[in-house]
Amino acid sequence: MAEVLVVVENGVKKVTLEMLTIARGLGSVSAVVFGDADTAKLGEFGAEKIYTASGEDVDGYLVAPKATVVAELVKRVQPAAVLLASTQEGKEIAARLAIKLDNGLLTDAVALDADGTATQAIFAGSAIVKSKVTKGLPIVTIRPNSVTPEPSAASPAVEQLTVAVSDTDKLTKVVQRVAEQKGSRPELTEAGIVVSGGRGVGNADNFKLVEELADLLGGAVGASRAAVDSGYYPHQFQVGQTGKTVSPQLYVALGISGAIQHRAGMQTSKTIVAVNKDAEAPIFELADFGVVGDLFKIVPQAADEIRKRK
Amino acid sequence: MNIVVLVKQVPDSGAERTLSADFSVDRASSSNVINEMDEYAIEEALKIKEAHGGEVTVLTVGPAGATESIRKALSMGPDKAVHVQDDTLHGSCAVATSKVLAAALRTLNPDLILSGAESTDGRVQVVPHMLAELLGVAALTGARKLTVDGSQLTVERQTDEGYEVVTAATPAIVSVWDTINEPRYPSFKGIMAAKKKPVQALSLGDLGVAGDEVGFAGATSQVLEFSKRPARTGGAKVVDEGNGGEQLVAYLATEKFV
Repeated sequence: MAEVLVVVENGVKKVTLEMLTIARGLGSVSAVVFGDADTAKLGEFGAEKIYTASGEDVDGYLVAPKATVVAELVKRVQPAAVLLASTQEGKEIAARLAIKLDNGLLTDAVALDADGTATQAIFAGSAIVKSKVTKGLPIVTIRPNSVTPEPSAASPAVEQLTVAVSDTDKLTKVVQRVAEQKGSRPELTEAGIVVSGGRGVGNADNFKLVEELADLLGGAVGASRAAVDSGYYPHQFQVGQTGKTVSPQLYVALGISGAIQHRAGMQTSKTIVAVNKDAEAPIFELADFGVVGDLFKIVPQAADEIRKRK
Repeated sequence: MNIVVLVKQVPDSGAERTLSADFSVDRASSSNVINEMDEYAIEEALKIKEAHGGEVTVLTVGPAGATESIRKALSMGPDKAVHVQDDTLHGSCAVATSKVLAAALRTLNPDLILSGAESTDGRVQVVPHMLAELLGVAALTGARKLTVDGSQLTVERQTDEGYEVVTAATPAIVSVWDTINEPRYPSFKGIMAAKKKPVQALSLGDLGVAGDEVGFAGATSQVLEFSKRPARTGGAKVVDEGNGGEQLVAYLATEKFV
């Protein structure tokens, strides 16, 4: 059975386990890990083989060396498919891989059949397409929260790859990596629950309310573009057209009107709950449950109620 | 500095969007606009020109109707534009589009290529790195801040965890998020001037790109099926009369979230 490569960029995340689960339907699963490999976790979810690549030549430069490593491996093992996460870096590695191999690629898949047919949600989640790579092997990026990860024990053999990158792979140097606030919250695109605040939250300080509710529910914090543009919350937490696309089990919209740009990033969420003082706000057209009223009264009361029930 | 800004015309993301019968993006039934993120790339190019001198060229691959977006882009201040237009381009995938852009960029020989981080129609985010790979230049993508010091570029690249500081020398491609600046509005003078700015039309033949490398014929992927998702419908809506928070949690409890 041909190998299926699953590219693990930045530690094992939820989307990694989803990719491993999907990959098992396409062939024998091999993880390509940059940095230290979590062999136990990868094996638990069915990786038969783990390739690792590390060192300054991989870490010190932006994306290009990783694409070279994967491309060389593809040429050597002739896999049935390559899966990557639909993160910025995952898509960038896929982009370079497609050019290096003169191969098609599909991004943001939410499902992938054994024959390589991918399902993608397009136009702000308003439509679905099924697509196939028609030149070369399927190179597909998988969006987080697409499938439920299912364990399937394997004992992976580990192979350390020799990294041989060219000077053009080293054109863009990473001189610093800076972590910004997030704390212990789950990552926005992977979270099962997302609590987002909009313009109605009023100021940066008030976002504590959004964070408090998110923490009580064990969710991530998001923000609308209006809130981000007003400086209430950092851009990496923006949900919508020019930010992140999320598809959690539960999406809580606080003080968000529901402009189409916001809906673009969240309308495939399973359950949507909204609080807004404007009864006519378009967010209520999407919400499975809506409360019309003052979020500064409703949210603290909801927080107290959750504490009581715990 | 010779700067080229990549500008794409897209269907207005605020309106209903669909695919045509051949599964290409329907550009006829919707109003088409400049990809919003590209306006930030144009603004950044103009700021660099104002500080360091040089020339700003807009580069678009697209059908005849894209001229409207090119004039709009020029009204913000760029000096000229190049429009790659060829009927055989219809249905091109990202790989083919990148090859065409790369061929056009080779004729322009820029020090700096600027683009939006993604387009609002495909949201694929792959073109900048494809171009870097094809042209053998540096890519600094997802910029929320760009500093130019001679031929040295420094970018703060937005990541899920925070940001990375990345550096490279020109020639390079930089893609920008909408946090990088505030695009200027075209002035009346700018709009009038844009009508007279040179827009060079290039065909695939001019670029030496074969017709079977692009369009549906050269596509590296294919759409098999397209369907509209059923629109979401609103559920229960209650007006807070002092117990709205409790009602909210009661709903979350029935759905097993608390």
